Amino acid sequence: MALAMEAAGIVKSFPGVLANDHVDFDVRVGEVHALLGENGAGKSTLMNVLAGLYRADEGGVRVDGRDVEFRSPRDAIAAGIGMVHQHFTLVPSQTVAENVLLGLDRPRFRLDLTRTEAEVAALAGRVGLRVDPSARVWQLSVGEQQRVEILKLLFHGARVLILDEPTAVLAPQEIAELFTTLRSLAGEGRSVVFISHKLGEVLAIADRITVMRAGRVTAAGIDPHGVSRADLARLMVGRPVLESLQRTQTEPGRVVLAIEGVSADNDRGLPAVREASLDVRAGEIVGMAAVAGNGQAELAQVITGMRTCSGRVLVDGRDVAARPSRVAIDAGVGHVPEDRAGVGSAPNLSLVDNLILRRFRRPPVARGPFFDEQAARSKAQELRKAYAISTPTLDAPVRILSGGNLQRLILAREIDAEPTLLVAVQPTRGLDVGAIEGVHQLLLDLRSRGTAILLISEELEELLALADRILVMYEGRVIASFEAPRASDVGAIGLHMTGGDDGTGDAPETDAGTA
Amino acid sequence: MNVRLELRGDPPRWLSPVLTIAAVVVALVIGAVVLAFVGGDPVRAYLHIVDAAFGDIGVLSDTLVKATPLILTGLACALAFRMRLWNIGAEGQFLLGAWGASAVVLIPILPAGTPAIVVIPTMMLAGALAGALWGIVPGVLRARLGVNEIITTLMLNYVALAWIQFWVFGPWSEGGFQQTVAFPREAWLPRLTDFAAQFPVLAGLTTHLGLVFALIAAAIMSIVFSRTRWGYEMRLIGDNARAARYAGIDIARYIIVVFAISGALAGLAGMSEVSGVVHRLQDRISPGYGFTAIIIAYLARFGPWRVVLASVLFGALILAGREIQPSGVPAMIQGVILFCLIVAEVLTRYRVRIGRRAVAPA
Amino acid sequence: MIDLTLILAAGVASGTILLFAAVGEIFAERAGVLNLGVEGMMLIGAVAGFSVAASVGDPWIGVAVAMLAGGLLSLVHAVITIHFRADQVISGLALTFLGSGLARVLGDGLSNAGPIATLPRATVPILSELPLIGPVLFRDQSILTYVGFVLVPVAWYWIERTRPGLHLRAVGERPAAADAQGIDVVAVRYAYVLVGGLLAGLAGATITLAISPGWFGDQTVAGRGWIAIGLVIFAQWSPIRAALGAYLFGAIFRFILDLQGVQSVFGVTNPFQAGRSATFFLEMLPYLFVVVVVIIGSREALRRRVGAPAALGIPFVRGERGA
Repeated sequence: MALAMEAAGIVKSFPGVLANDHVDFDVRVGEVHALLGENGAGKSTLMNVLAGLYRADEGGVRVDGRDVEFRSPRDAIAAGIGMVHQHFTLVPSQTVAENVLLGLDRPRFRLDLTRTEAEVAALAGRVGLRVDPSARVWQLSVGEQQRVEILKLLFHGARVLILDEPTAVLAPQEIAELFTTLRSLAGEGRSVVFISHKLGEVLAIADRITVMRAGRVTAAGIDPHGVSRADLARLMVGRPVLESLQRTQTEPGRVVLAIEGVSADNDRGLPAVREASLDVRAGEIVGMAAVAGNGQAELAQVITGMRTCSGRVLVDGRDVAARPSRVAIDAGVGHVPEDRAGVGSAPNLSLVDNLILRRFRRPPVARGPFFDEQAARSKAQELRKAYAISTPTLDAPVRILSGGNLQRLILAREIDAEPTLLVAVQPTRGLDVGAIEGVHQLLLDLRSRGTAILLISEELEELLALADRILVMYEGRVIASFEAPRASDVGAIGLHMTGGDDGTGDAPETDAGTA
Repeated sequence: MNVRLELRGDPPRWLSPVLTIAAVVVALVIGAVVLAFVGGDPVRAYLHIVDAAFGDIGVLSDTLVKATPLILTGLACALAFRMRLWNIGAEGQFLLGAWGASAVVLIPILPAGTPAIVVIPTMMLAGALAGALWGIVPGVLRARLGVNEIITTLMLNYVALAWIQFWVFGPWSEGGFQQTVAFPREAWLPRLTDFAAQFPVLAGLTTHLGLVFALIAAAIMSIVFSRTRWGYEMRLIGDNARAARYAGIDIARYIIVVFAISGALAGLAGMSEVSGVVHRLQDRISPGYGFTAIIIAYLARFGPWRVVLASVLFGALILAGREIQPSGVPAMIQGVILFCLIVAEVLTRYRVRIGRRAVAPA
Repeated sequence: MIDLTLILAAGVASGTILLFAAVGEIFAERAGVLNLGVEGMMLIGAVAGFSVAASVGDPWIGVAVAMLAGGLLSLVHAVITIHFRADQVISGLALTFLGSGLARVLGDGLSNAGPIATLPRATVPILSELPLIGPVLFRDQSILTYVGFVLVPVAWYWIERTRPGLHLRAVGERPAAADAQGIDVVAVRYAYVLVGGLLAGLAGATITLAISPGWFGDQTVAGRGWIAIGLVIFAQWSPIRAALGAYLFGAIFRFILDLQGVQSVFGVTNPFQAGRSATFFLEMLPYLFVVVVVIIGSREALRRRVGAPAALGIPFVRGERGA
């Protein structure tokens, strides 16, 4: 079979880490090839080399049988290789058409936006990717933005499309739509490389699978038929993976968090949360399933005092709605934010300074207006040991910590503050399997100690493993509730996440409006 | 040749001071080159500066006099800059403080004949309040409306100057000249030379009590930064404002308070200049202290005691530099020093890698 | 007496200075680089243009040298902030110090005696006969004023309707996206910072070679560089709004000057006449207006949730590994 692209002997390293260790990889014409591996395995690095963003230290790439050398993404695009990254490279304030135009060579000088919009609409219709070419990107949903990214590549004449974790931001139904699109693109003679860490999806869509682990290829271009999830998991992680969580039986206690009719706008001034209501009891984990952009991030910010709102947010009976964050903190709300480096930590300050972020107002760290350096250090030392945060010294700036370690730091700090309610938003994003297990166990331990936990996550599997109840949020409303959720509920949950309703799942008891 | 910058993980502690000193040296060398270029004699000029500023106890005393307002305004800037609040208005706040202190004597707020023990503290209070007011306005605008404080503080500098000029040329003018009447003796900050009767060695030394205020302010600020809760909160705000909000800190209130204190310090500097040195209000009372303070604060990496040290050095530069021709050279050197400091700061954070072209684009 | 037409015409002339500086800064800021050194660049341009024109006798060479001087100075800022990724605020301030000091050094001893080379003035034949706007815009204005008229629509068109403008906007809003499309972010930023410097230098030359010929030390620019930066905020980064703001300011400046020169107003002795102490309140006005104007711009940005180019002031780093 003809090879659209092949890479041989790729070596790429960064300070302290060998990301790609003599990797071979090839893509056939007209196939969907999945690249599987856990976070940190080197998949994105390899693809960045193929897409021209990184220069390999050793090794070569061939496209359509010819040796090529990419000095920049431009060269790769010119050779027909395009990549849709996890973090979209769109300019939010510009329109879809302007974004599509951005990397093109024509028109050279004068822009005719009307004509471009028509061309974009035509192409979009042909491949089944619906989008409004005159819309500004910030107005689009995440799924629609992804379609724009794919359209950009097609406009450039990409023959090989590389998609980096494309399903992370999609609901199950949207995933199905995406797969249909990918199939039709493959049918046209293009090739698709699909990077993922999700076993189920990879088995569903791929013609061939390559597995990477710790910078090396552990299985090259294997046939998905006749391969089990367990086999793949072992190839990914190198040991039998069985998430064995200690989960105790608990009886939920008093209502710790009660949200009543809360509405809030997002940063753009558009309504993000509409009359949402829910409650969380002590000793239970309530999971919130939602596709990115449906108001769940804003809801978390409302609860933790980082965003204003209307309605009532009662924490142990105290209304913290539309009050400064200090009020929520004093009421016992802990927050593991989605943005670890941007919100949850001060990157240039030391570990000590970051670890006592919740304790600096109380003794022993605070003595009157004074700040007891010794007490702070010993608390930091204690937490570092207890949560196994790997770092050379206590005084190192926090920005040098790996993602997993940073999350451990944040969890250590929040849990140590003994919150009545913990709001955790995407707590395991970007972490490797070991770290994920650790986080899950910490949350379950917290649950058995009587803390109320609101877990907002895009990973349905995570919610199913941890949550006592799963709520679904769609377009700012809480539209469904699933008690004692089972794996078989995935379909129904997914349907609600995209706004459909198949009659299963209960409408939540509190008034929530219709979908 | 491909020059890249690579983030350092954890820079060694000696790196920053060494690079800072190196920056100053490089700047002085550049200044020397420019001086030579326009026909001056750099070696003689620099030696002259050292001699004219530190040569004997008399000129050392004069250097300290020049350093006093620099310390206070430098502290004002350092305080604000720590939180990435760009108070470029120290110059205007200085002028307002000078005006406020003068108002006590010239309106007059206190009747003539009031003893010094009442007049001086009142002038201090008036100067600090006037400066604080001048700082609070841009502070509130920034905290509540997100208005760029660089523009507002800077514009208020010009307004402050016009304000002073009005009073100096108008209601308070002494016989139509560009200055006010001299202050009565009770309004003069005590100077070392006032005690020459008891200690003859102090004769002619113009260092005044303002220096003590400045040092006390530096001490207080140092303690606040390193040992108090406020210091921690300011560190947090300065590094990541979103994380500070996440930690429950009321950023808007900090902005306003910091601008007020910053303005108060600069205002106090104005008071000390007017009461300790000139003993009257003039419109030329500041040779750009508020702007030099910016450089001092940056040079000192916003540390209070380093501000004191840098202020003495710059005081020397101002004192002796008046005699350097052409007159723009000291100002130019200040700009060069700031640029060199900026580069030094970058080199502290990043390592420079010079590689061949085949290295990955970064 | 005070003649409204003359004031407006002089306002347009004086506003041209602010216009050049503001449009230059708009280009730089839309590429994502904040350059606070406008005052310094204008001073350098002013003194360089003036002294070269005086010694050579040709004002046009003065203009060219002025633009070159401003451009060179801006390149220092560009290297420090783009390549060295230093803080753009401090670098801009340093540039102001450097530029002002350098200008003072170069201008030392420059006298205003002798023939001052100035740029020609002109009246546009038919357009100057138009009612109302004719005498204001097209009668006896300096050549540079007409250049200003042309610059504004050209700048607007460049930014909004051309490919290079598309790239410019992308670099200032989301440089990572531009970079991923193969656009050289560094080159784009350098280019537009340079443009800002050239225009700032031109603004300086406009003062000393066209509108207020002569060199008056620091007073030559008198804070107009800062006013231009404030205007950019008021203009919400649009060249057309910047032009309107600039001409408005020019008119205010002119009005103040005229008011200071008048003995009496409607028979009442003028307290604001130069030489009387109350004149200083007039001097405050332009700067207070800038504060007002910046407040307006900020409130509007808050309200419309648009505002500064999103990447303004943030150094561009391509996917740094390490944390």
